[in-house]
Amino acid sequence: MNNIAAATRSYTIRSSAGRKLGRRILRHWQIYIFLLLPVAYLLLFHYYPMTGVQLAFKVFDYKKGIWGSPWIGFDNFVKFFHSHMFRRVVLNTISISFYSIFAGFPIPILFALLLNSFRHERIKRAIQTITYMPHFISVVVLVGLLFQVLNSRSGLYGSLVNTITGTYPKDILGKASGFIHLFVWSGIWQQFGWGSIIYLAALSSVSPELHEAATIDGASRFQRVIHIDIPSILPTAVIMLILRTGSIMTIGYEKVLLMQNTLNLAKSEVISTYVYKVGLTASIPDYPYATAIGLFNSVINLILISTVNAIAKRAGDTSLW
Amino acid sequence: MTARTEKKMLAAPTKVKLSTSDRIYYTIVYTLIFFLTVIVIYPLIFVLSSSFSSGQAVTNGRVVLFPVEPSVMSYQKVFEYRVVWTGYRNTLMYTVAGTLWNIAMTVCAAYALSRPTLPGRGWLTFLFAFTTLFSGGLIPSFLLIRDLNMYNTPWALIVPGAISVYNMVITRTFFQNTIPHELNEAAVVDGCSDFRFFFAILLPLSKAVLAVITLYYAVGHWNSYFPAMLYLNSRSLWPLQLFLREILIQNQFSTEMLSTMTDEEILRLQGMSDLLKFAFIVVATVPILFVYPFIQKYFTKGVMIGSLKG
Repeated sequence: MNNIAAATRSYTIRSSAGRKLGRRILRHWQIYIFLLLPVAYLLLFHYYPMTGVQLAFKVFDYKKGIWGSPWIGFDNFVKFFHSHMFRRVVLNTISISFYSIFAGFPIPILFALLLNSFRHERIKRAIQTITYMPHFISVVVLVGLLFQVLNSRSGLYGSLVNTITGTYPKDILGKASGFIHLFVWSGIWQQFGWGSIIYLAALSSVSPELHEAATIDGASRFQRVIHIDIPSILPTAVIMLILRTGSIMTIGYEKVLLMQNTLNLAKSEVISTYVYKVGLTASIPDYPYATAIGLFNSVINLILISTVNAIAKRAGDTSLW
Repeated sequence: MTARTEKKMLAAPTKVKLSTSDRIYYTIVYTLIFFLTVIVIYPLIFVLSSSFSSGQAVTNGRVVLFPVEPSVMSYQKVFEYRVVWTGYRNTLMYTVAGTLWNIAMTVCAAYALSRPTLPGRGWLTFLFAFTTLFSGGLIPSFLLIRDLNMYNTPWALIVPGAISVYNMVITRTFFQNTIPHELNEAAVVDGCSDFRFFFAILLPLSKAVLAVITLYYAVGHWNSYFPAMLYLNSRSLWPLQLFLREILIQNQFSTEMLSTMTDEEILRLQGMSDLLKFAFIVVATVPILFVYPFIQKYFTKGVMIGSLKG
């Protein structure tokens, strides 16, 4: 009896709230018109492909399409975990990522701190413009540039070593072990200036009174960097690190594909490029297998970013959501 | 101390007496910045100078800083190459059409989600945000494009990447921070519809953020090669970046280029190919580098901060 009363009560509450909500929605109908296309776009180009991950658990039947293909369970995953490529692509992906973070994460911060102490406004602005420039260069041009400059014969590298030592150096572009360094450092070269913008913005919001007070108390510029500048960009740095760590298992295929050659493949094949090759360029494309590898990667990414975010939330008050 | 006096002090550093430790600190700072700037700009100067040198000087590695035996021959050859024009035309088309589509979609979504009273706003925002955390991956997207009959059509490069959630968040935050909700309420009281508010008030007040996301989207379209490689079969549809990939990375100058040359020229081609590559790099990059300074003034603190915390 009590239950029924409670249920009726909650029903009336809900329905009146529902009416109210309905009115509110109606009042905003024009706003929903604005959302019509964007939401349709999201559903078609992002959410519908998400249903395509079922392919990872299926055998692809060209006639029946994704939905009609028969299920096979986890066979594709088992096949991937047992293949000799599994170790290689996962290891390459992780080592390139860690290297990029260790080498690439501190440099924009350092550059922002340096630039923030720079006292000639006009020159500072010119330096900013110059260091932002590589960010606008396309990957194709960047890799082409890398090949031209680092060519051990005709490139800048070759001719510089030749003028100093009198002999041409060994080729560094074809060596498998050189790939990771070239990949990471060319990325740093391209992005450190642009990456410093966010820290410069954080630094410029520091109240000048703080610096003034510290100066009066006799703090040197370096001490002010340690005790004012660095603490003020720490929250930003934490968020950036969360974002970066969440994508440890992601390396875009765009630049890797361009830098790959038969000599460095053992060190340059990463998960994303392997998915591309298995699924689209192989002589017999294996859609389900490629989808399974991609899904494995996506799921790990999702777990990673959620975990890192949870840790950050617990440790301090900075988090993404 | 106000920001202005601080700026004045910064502008006239010689008037401020520095302690020894500060002098050491500044010396280190200026030296490091100098080196970093040189590292960034030197390869760019090298490419530019090489492209204006003679083929022989380039092959022999005689170009160090300035053009050696200056000539514009490489550029003449590059512009005789028909694929450059095809590539330029296609890239321009994809960039203009794609960016317009991006802006329209992004601004609409950002406007709706910037309204604090909108029912379901949290859920809708999540719908956008979740796409940055998880995706169906390469194969399902590829199959979708094929099923939509967009394969090997310009649509495949224009329609699918309509909204970058990152740019949407920048725009939404800008709307929220710079266009007070009270303005909207006042307009509504005066009988202004949401449509009219959007076109007559919101957009004219948002030039800064529009400029910035236009830059982001346009650079993205101009520089991308992967979707084109994935979805475009016919060379007549290729954007510039795909031709560049062929020339710079795969080292192929197509026979079309060779056919316009005499035998003697073909012999010289080996020496020429490096030179031509430098000229190609310049031709493909300069237009997009020129866009940035025009938009730089909109790169205010507000827009950048907005990009961080949505």
